[in-house]
Amino acid sequence: MMFIRSFVFFFGVLATLLLGWAALVGIPDIMISEIEPPEELERYTAEEAFGREIYIREGCVYCHSQQVRPEGFGADQERFWGRPSVPADYVYDRPHLLGTMRTGPDLLNIGVRQTSISWHMEHLYDPRLVVEGSTMPPYPWLFEVKRTAGPDDYVLDIPEDRVPDGKVVVATPEAEALVEYLLSLDRSYDSPQRVVDNDEEE
Amino acid sequence: MTPESKTKSNDATERAKAFHQSELIDDTELRVRIDESLASAVAIFFATSLFWLFIGSIFGLIASYKMHWPDWLGEYAVLTFGRIRPAHLNTVAYGWVSLAGAGALLWMTSRLTRIPIKWGWMLFISVILWNVGVAYGTAAIIFGYSRGMEWLEFPRIAGAIIAVGFVFFALPILKTFIHRKVNHIYVSLWYILASVVWFPLLYLTANFGHYQGVVEAGMNWWYGHNLLTVWVTPIGLAMAYYFLPKVIGRPIYSYYLSLLGFWSFALFYNWNGIHHLIGGPLPTWLITVSIVASVMMVIPVLAVAVNHHMTTFKHFHVLKFSPTLRFTVFGAMAYTAVSLQGSAMALRSINEVTHFTHYTVGHAHLGVYAFSTMILFGGIYYIMPRLAKWEWPYPGLVKWHFWLTAIGIIIYVVALTIGGWYQGLDMNNPDKDFMESVLNTIPYLYLRSLGGTLMVVGHLIFIYHFGLMIKRAGPQRFAPPWFKKPEEESAV
Repeated sequence: MMFIRSFVFFFGVLATLLLGWAALVGIPDIMISEIEPPEELERYTAEEAFGREIYIREGCVYCHSQQVRPEGFGADQERFWGRPSVPADYVYDRPHLLGTMRTGPDLLNIGVRQTSISWHMEHLYDPRLVVEGSTMPPYPWLFEVKRTAGPDDYVLDIPEDRVPDGKVVVATPEAEALVEYLLSLDRSYDSPQRVVDNDEEE
Repeated sequence: MTPESKTKSNDATERAKAFHQSELIDDTELRVRIDESLASAVAIFFATSLFWLFIGSIFGLIASYKMHWPDWLGEYAVLTFGRIRPAHLNTVAYGWVSLAGAGALLWMTSRLTRIPIKWGWMLFISVILWNVGVAYGTAAIIFGYSRGMEWLEFPRIAGAIIAVGFVFFALPILKTFIHRKVNHIYVSLWYILASVVWFPLLYLTANFGHYQGVVEAGMNWWYGHNLLTVWVTPIGLAMAYYFLPKVIGRPIYSYYLSLLGFWSFALFYNWNGIHHLIGGPLPTWLITVSIVASVMMVIPVLAVAVNHHMTTFKHFHVLKFSPTLRFTVFGAMAYTAVSLQGSAMALRSINEVTHFTHYTVGHAHLGVYAFSTMILFGGIYYIMPRLAKWEWPYPGLVKWHFWLTAIGIIIYVVALTIGGWYQGLDMNNPDKDFMESVLNTIPYLYLRSLGGTLMVVGHLIFIYHFGLMIKRAGPQRFAPPWFKKPEEESAV
């Protein structure tokens, strides 16, 4: 009797968790893994992928989401953050960077909204140079203070009083890759969702 | 006699025999033997958990200050917000709450099965592996090797080490349960056994499963929320169910409510996770299922709430005389509050405002701090003197600890709840510049830092007091802090 009761208990406990997994992870995995990537969505280049690693390393996701909410739910549409995002927009994203916090704005289409390399560079070096009142941390270790810039160096355009005696601030390969990645963030192509829906109807 | 009634009578004889045997050993002596069987192991679990509480508190404080002073310590890569914040979450979740919780579960298991712990040697392996895993994982985040998913930042190797450590913690519990000397299995033990089965399953599927794009996001939040379902909440509930009746000296209000509470909890809670992605790019049905399950959580929560609060009801004066009870009742109240708030936050209309804001951060701390951490404090106040055979030397320090942490967390949660709500309203108002949602939040973030500082000072006092006790320093006492004999109580 005790044995049966214990068996029922452990079976029930196992079953509840596995049911939840099947419904919320297992079934969606089967359904969504068949999604084709949209034609316009390009795979990350090696440099963009490296930049994405920097994005993960510095924990950008803890203040910036990468998902756009639909019309009538929040003001994402009115702020022109892009059309509502769909599963197909993320097929190349591993790990996912959807995020759950917007201390700063959404970045899913930042490559469309802000195309200036110099803005991104200065913003990463010291956010308050370009955005007054910003609470974003500075990332000085992505840059190097040099006496003179090399031929391939990207030199930042920052106020003279911020750089000691005539030196220059140049971007490291990490900063260049991160900016490349940010500029690649573009899901402005037509939503592929409709195509998928039509396929299902056929 | 039918065969059935024969087994029944056999059962009854068996039970009578077991009862008689347990009576043979003096009750107090049995408890002492139980406590001695796991004293050093559980003390190590507690001591190392306090180390992580210390580290995690400092990380949390730095992250909090950085939210309003972004240039403070801004030149150090290892201390940047995006690394310190996940380091805070992981050290307090897998270090502090998990290790302290594991220690408490072990002790309760042994007391509730009424036998000294079996396979106790495994616990030393467990606590070492667990600490190595957390230390390695935290270092990985700080030095830039995070996996990049919330709650799952630890590299897979660190996850594997912790998982093995967990197995060496789970086996003694199961073994002890099999050899139990009781017929009735108390509700705390249900939660303990369930979490021991759930946690490894959850942890392994999340750390070693392979998912793509938005499915990974779904898995991420199924896991993130379920760490509370299968581990953090069962720890807190098992302890509340144990300590409330124990300290008050009254039985739990209703056995049937605890039964309903447990099974509805098991059924609904682990479907909740996807409510973290409301409005996101996942199939609507998936999100709706999670919203429904989140609202259904009202059933187990009310069942547990009625049970806990009715047990405490009319005995509130005892709170004056027991640190354990004071922390535990605070935690039980926070559990009711945070759970009902959580169900409300899953509704689309409310989530539209609170999602992506500090409101959620306040909610998380109402859960993991005001509920779990406070109950863990209360439990350690009860368990440690029995392991160390030395009472807490300075009752005044307990008072400071309680009021600093209680006031601190109240300031923290109230500030972020109000600030986060306004942040959400500003964010959803297209007539306002996004920057306004940032700037308007800053006063509340200062308040949060104030609350956080009070909490950390409270932790330092507690850790200092714990150290004195381990060293058996300070005056020797023969009663728990604040304890008064009944006749003294009436004189007060």
